[in-house]
Amino acid sequence: MTDDHLSNTEPEAAFQERVDNEIKIEPKDWMPEGYRRNLIRQISQHAHSEVIGMQPEGNWITRAPTLKRKMILLAKVQDEAGHGLYLYSAAETLGVTREDMIGALHEGHAKYASIFNYPTLTWADVGVIGWLVDSAAIVNQISLQRTSYGPYSRAMIRICKEESFHQRQGFEILMPLASGSLEQKAMAQDAMNRWWWPTLMMFGPHDSESVHGAKSMQWKIKRKSNDELRQDFIDQTVPQAEYLGLAIPDPDLKWNEERGHYDFGEIDWDEFRTVVSGNGLCNRERLERHSRAHREGEWVREAMRACEEKKRTA
Amino acid sequence: MKLPLYEVFVRSKRGLDHKHVGSLHAKDGAQALKFARDCYTRRGEGLSIWVVRSSDIVASQEEDAASFFDPSDDKPYRHATFYRIPPEVKNL
Repeated sequence: MTDDHLSNTEPEAAFQERVDNEIKIEPKDWMPEGYRRNLIRQISQHAHSEVIGMQPEGNWITRAPTLKRKMILLAKVQDEAGHGLYLYSAAETLGVTREDMIGALHEGHAKYASIFNYPTLTWADVGVIGWLVDSAAIVNQISLQRTSYGPYSRAMIRICKEESFHQRQGFEILMPLASGSLEQKAMAQDAMNRWWWPTLMMFGPHDSESVHGAKSMQWKIKRKSNDELRQDFIDQTVPQAEYLGLAIPDPDLKWNEERGHYDFGEIDWDEFRTVVSGNGLCNRERLERHSRAHREGEWVREAMRACEEKKRTA
Repeated sequence: MKLPLYEVFVRSKRGLDHKHVGSLHAKDGAQALKFARDCYTRRGEGLSIWVVRSSDIVASQEEDAASFFDPSDDKPYRHATFYRIPPEVKNL
């Protein structure tokens, strides 16, 4: 990874100057190999997260409590597929192929958001995913609208615009539950208890531990650090939880007047590492399901090729 | 000699999409680029130009719009405004 090191060669200096001046980098521009690699890694992981993220919610489509909720959930899961496609396409402008990216996912070289390795046990989980998980994703994605790479930035702008319904539908699922019967309220609180900490883990390791962090900030691939984004998310979410009357499962959570932010407890980083390294509750199931769908779809691709061939030779 | 038609897309500023500005005839892509520069960016309108053979563009027909786009017309729940969130709840 020696070429990740910032050297003062001329094109690299010109590149950095462009980035420093908030001028977007476009696909045909010269860019350091490290920048390209870093972007491919981040954008493809982001794409995989959108697509794998369809599974935990898709799990509830047939069991949504009303037709209205079912239609909304279908539309949301369909959006996630679309967002995955925008992002794969943005990554492809960097010279990587879709097959390479899917291959890396199936072989376990490419990661996706650790949050999607947790199971959705109740209907309240669907509400909490929309509210917490999508809010966390939006906090991250809003800052990525200003990423230095043009195609990634444009994909983020489009995604953010579409995604605002996702968090609102989640909150709207939780409002009646949180003010409903004792059982409904308990179900909402249970979902909150299980999803709060994994949601905080979505922002990744502390800045001091983040492997790609410093370089990504210097190149403005990322615009805010993991810890800054996590704090933004907590600050905006605590009042929402208070409105719902749901307790946040963190005894150390407390408003800090001096900092103007909420203080919060330490994340269980052992759990984070376990899930990221492939040993969470649903890692194998998620990957296996994705591989299987890909394999089982082969006949469709084959049929399309055969049809094309027939047309050409007719 | 009939020259093929090219569609011209201009990016006015880094970070923005290329936007369709019009079309022109040229013998090949390289010439279309030069013509597009002379024709469509005489006042510094662009930083980058794409030209695409018009015959390579596959387009939907506006007359078919009603049925073509029908699947999304009856789905108001795809819009954030469909969901009623109390005004005191912020950042949603």
